[in-house]
Amino acid sequence: MNVMSKDVDSTLTEKISVRDLKFFYGSTLALKAISLPLYERQVTAFIGPSGCGKSTLLRVLNRMYDLYPNQRAEGEVLFDGENILNPRQDLNLLRSRIGMVFQKPTPFPMSIYENIAFGVRLYERLPKSEVDARVETALEKAALWKEVKDKLHSSGLSLSGGQQQRLCIARTVAIRPEVILFDEPCSALDPISTARIEELIDELKNDFTIAIVTHNMQQAARVSQRTAFMYLGELVEFGETKKLFTNPTNSRTQDYITGRFG
Amino acid sequence: MNEHTVKSYEEELKLLDRRIAQMGGYAEKLLVQAMDALERRDPKLAETAVSSDAMLDQLEREVQDQVILMIARRQPLANDLRHIMTVLKIAGDLERIGDLAKNIAKRALAVASEAYPKPLMTGMRHMTEMVQAQLKDVLDALSNLDAEKAMKVWLSDEQVDAMYNSLFRELLTYMMEDPRNIGLCTHFLFGAKNIERIGDHTTNIAENIHYLVHGVPIADDRPKGDRTSSTLITPRQ
Repeated sequence: MNVMSKDVDSTLTEKISVRDLKFFYGSTLALKAISLPLYERQVTAFIGPSGCGKSTLLRVLNRMYDLYPNQRAEGEVLFDGENILNPRQDLNLLRSRIGMVFQKPTPFPMSIYENIAFGVRLYERLPKSEVDARVETALEKAALWKEVKDKLHSSGLSLSGGQQQRLCIARTVAIRPEVILFDEPCSALDPISTARIEELIDELKNDFTIAIVTHNMQQAARVSQRTAFMYLGELVEFGETKKLFTNPTNSRTQDYITGRFG
Repeated sequence: MNEHTVKSYEEELKLLDRRIAQMGGYAEKLLVQAMDALERRDPKLAETAVSSDAMLDQLEREVQDQVILMIARRQPLANDLRHIMTVLKIAGDLERIGDLAKNIAKRALAVASEAYPKPLMTGMRHMTEMVQAQLKDVLDALSNLDAEKAMKVWLSDEQVDAMYNSLFRELLTYMMEDPRNIGLCTHFLFGAKNIERIGDHTTNIAENIHYLVHGVPIADDRPKGDRTSSTLITPRQ
């Protein structure tokens, strides 16, 4: 079945190409030979009901599943042409190039400053002045600088949920990755914090390639340029967001996004 | 098509469809009343037509209020979004059809005491019947989501335009023959133009049905036959 839309703009570069990706939890097949591109400097949204495999796919993209036994991937995930599923892939390097932001804010139990500096120091040896500058830039990019600049040495856990999530985004951005993966980044946030994060994603796409898993259909429609609809481990439809949400090709996509599912 | 998991959403969409069907019914009836009033020189029927236009205006407001509320409440997507937006536009077309028919009824009142040359009414009657058939077909196409039928209506509007052209020439000829005809013929000319405009609104509805069903606008340019804007007829010396 051809689920790709044919009108792909030739000026787009495939930053990541997923090819025939299968994923197993033990003997359970969770992804059934998925193929799709993530275009450079675009936001690609993954939607679908719980258990459809969208979070699994995201976890494959930075080899998060390596932390768990009995989980394995087959197929190819080409990142700038190199297969990251290769067992010799350096995972630390990979995760510095492909960052991830989770559903629940996960600040470290340390100061706001250290939350960001910690990761920077892990990958690079920099003089303090440069680390300071990196922290400030990251907080600015995450639209948090103004709110925390006078309390950089307070605990990250003292921030509100929305601020904590932006702190996690700042932490990710500070490493200067090329791709950022968002796994339901707003599901625990109020509408104002959600709007800030969405505004931020819009900004970040100028520098990064972004993938976002979301259960909020309107959010997918607002923030992404491409959308993938997944169901039971299959990629049902992938295409331009504006087409998918106004005139989807597949009837299962239509039923899902309009709230007519089973 | 599967039903929405949320039943009240399904009911709201059905209510919207009922309202638009009701509007279609009123618009059809209004057009018949206005033309009958003109043909039979029946001022009472004309007045009934003029006053019943208010129902269409009321229903259009109800459709608009409901659509706004549904967008706020449901954030519709895909075919639901197209459905809701299309109904809003169609309600606007039907309301305009009502206004144009009402205007014919007003003219029927104005000319009720005049004697008409018979052939004049024949042309008007014929053109009206065509537009009435189009309106009926497009409303059927809407209730059955029949894009093919809508497309036929869309294409048939050219014939209405052709009839309007010949009626236009005919009326001008009457006026030139005898200046005493000018008052009456001017009312008829506007009446004919109103019917032609109703045909245009009918094709708008057809275009919207096509978009609703297929998600893309009709690709071709509609064949347009109204050439009266560039026609000048001068009396022979």
